Amino acid sequence: MKITFPHMGYSYIAFKMLLNELGYEVVVPPEPSKRTIDLGVRYAPEFACIPFKVLLGTYLETIEMGAEVAITSGGMGPCRAGYYGIMHQRILNELGYDFHLHIFEPPQVNYLDFIKKLKAVKPRGVSWRTYIQLIKKGYGKLEAIDEMEYLMYRIMPFEINRGDTAKAFYKVLEILDEAQTTEEIEDARWECRKIIAKVPQDRSRVPLKIGIIGEIYVVLEPAVNFYIQRTLGEMGVYTDRSIWLTSYTQKNVLVEGKVGEKDIHDMAHPYLNELIGGHGLNSIGEIVIYAEDGYDGVIQLAPFSCIPEIMAKGIVPRVSREEGIPVMTIFIDEQTAAAGVITRLEAFLDLLKRKREQKAIKEKRLA
Amino acid sequence: MKKGYLGIDVGSVSTNLIVIDENDEVLASLYLRTQGQPIRVIQEGMKEISSLVPADVEIHAAGTTGSARYLGGIMVGADIIKNEITAHAIGTSRFVPGVQTILEIGGQDSKIIILRDGIVTDFAMNTVCAAGTGSFLDQQSARLCIPIEDFGELALKSKNPVRIAGRCAVFAESDMIHKQQLGHSMEDIIAGLCDALVRNYLNNVGKGKEILPPIAFQGGVAANAGMKKAFEKSLNHEVIIPKNFAVMGALGVAIIAREAVQKKKETTFKGFEVTDFSYKTRSFECQSCPNRCEVVQFFQNGEVIARWGSRCGKWDVQAS
Repeated sequence: MKITFPHMGYSYIAFKMLLNELGYEVVVPPEPSKRTIDLGVRYAPEFACIPFKVLLGTYLETIEMGAEVAITSGGMGPCRAGYYGIMHQRILNELGYDFHLHIFEPPQVNYLDFIKKLKAVKPRGVSWRTYIQLIKKGYGKLEAIDEMEYLMYRIMPFEINRGDTAKAFYKVLEILDEAQTTEEIEDARWECRKIIAKVPQDRSRVPLKIGIIGEIYVVLEPAVNFYIQRTLGEMGVYTDRSIWLTSYTQKNVLVEGKVGEKDIHDMAHPYLNELIGGHGLNSIGEIVIYAEDGYDGVIQLAPFSCIPEIMAKGIVPRVSREEGIPVMTIFIDEQTAAAGVITRLEAFLDLLKRKREQKAIKEKRLA
Repeated sequence: MKKGYLGIDVGSVSTNLIVIDENDEVLASLYLRTQGQPIRVIQEGMKEISSLVPADVEIHAAGTTGSARYLGGIMVGADIIKNEITAHAIGTSRFVPGVQTILEIGGQDSKIIILRDGIVTDFAMNTVCAAGTGSFLDQQSARLCIPIEDFGELALKSKNPVRIAGRCAVFAESDMIHKQQLGHSMEDIIAGLCDALVRNYLNNVGKGKEILPPIAFQGGVAANAGMKKAFEKSLNHEVIIPKNFAVMGALGVAIIAREAVQKKKETTFKGFEVTDFSYKTRSFECQSCPNRCEVVQFFQNGEVIARWGSRCGKWDVQAS
């Protein structure tokens, strides 16, 4: 059986390994491109958001490559992404494809269903013990990938030759791709850390610090968000993003002791005390956290027509004013052009620079 | 020799060139229509402005802004290439002392810039829709056979503006036609259109922003007196239209270029002769990976002087 899954940043490396080891033939989804979006837009409802369109495009591309089944996730709470799997299945059926979507709903929704689906993916010859071990190992690889991406954005603003860090990162991905056993992955992780740390850097720079928040898919998929973190990194900006597939990095990033989802929600409470679906509540809490962490600004990424993020955006002006941190929102859909995003980023950076200079002058005067 | 500083703003609808001196005095300014041909219009503009500048002035810095800022910057050898938001903010804060809000409506984009104590603290630009920008007014003036220059005066004559749905340009047009067919006067319809555009602007671009006076209104659309009045009516404040409202972006970038050259000492400006070269842009789709990036190449006299557009950066050639 040929099996595939949605493309989300660099996670495909870990999913590929896991499914391979379970004995499936894996179709690795191509990075979302113009063609992916064109395909998705052609068959998706016009008012669906960009994650829906890109995923649909990806399924169509992988079907061309021979995929028969895709593993994907559902969702809960008031965000329509929870219905996307079912919608995709129907659209693909109507187009005449014999393609099955295996949708994992979060276990909290229906524990039994989750176990049943896990069982369906588990091949007969593999014991539950081995199965769980393999999943754990895959998760370990995912963590390693997240860590390397995280390191890349930390080092980028200091690189002396533009593009060096990105090159090191791609090399590191290859090394992680080859590592198979738990030990190999652990060894590769050490090696990779060294490779990234070796990028020639100018540590005397004091880069602007920007936090990236918003809806999970557009935050995680560089091919959809115009490589925003890389673009900013190469403009000399230190970026940190609030969402990762694994929680590894959260421990290091957030205010000390604030690690979990609940803490983020607590931080949002002066402004918003209600789950509004998707990552809306998180977005508010994360602005507060970045402000307390001394970041210069925050960029909110959202798919055009994303209700949770639109609601969050309505609260942003007050949060921004009271926490003293500028926030810029970028809505993304298939119409969004890179040129417009670049103009806004440049202007936002100018704003942050001037703000920082003014603050420095004020502090000097007081001293 | 007197020192002059050149600013070029190449926008979607118009291209502005301006030369200022050390005291922000305008020595020469030029407003041209881009007509979708930025290369030609920059060449022509350079030729024209060189004849407008007093003979004893020498250009000591050049800057570009607007949507074709990179192209223009490469052509003239700009010392600095700046986005239009920063350029407008710098320009206006020199001419409207203490300005706290800038309303700017250009050909295809509209923006709001919020300043406090002379620095930009917030801004917004229209994102997914261009309803209510200059292009739409332009199109309506052509449809109604009224020169765009007379639009504002007509609006001022209205006593009883009609209500027009302004959220979407297409629906605004059908609503206007509907009101025409009912026999409303042209003045009332045009004034209603101005009100609708202001409403749309404040609800979209201006949403959630704290609009405090002094308020400056600029960009090509500020020439429309009807729009000024509509803004004043709905904001309950006086709206200032700065003297150089239509060329503020060019003015701002000229000031920024002057400051940049003061820092780096020497200009990279190629001179007004760029008109004599032939320029060409060609693009190709890179086949190295599934991204299929569209790589744009820019030729001067048949030689590649700049290349951009690839995600991985392997094709990039930066103009010196």
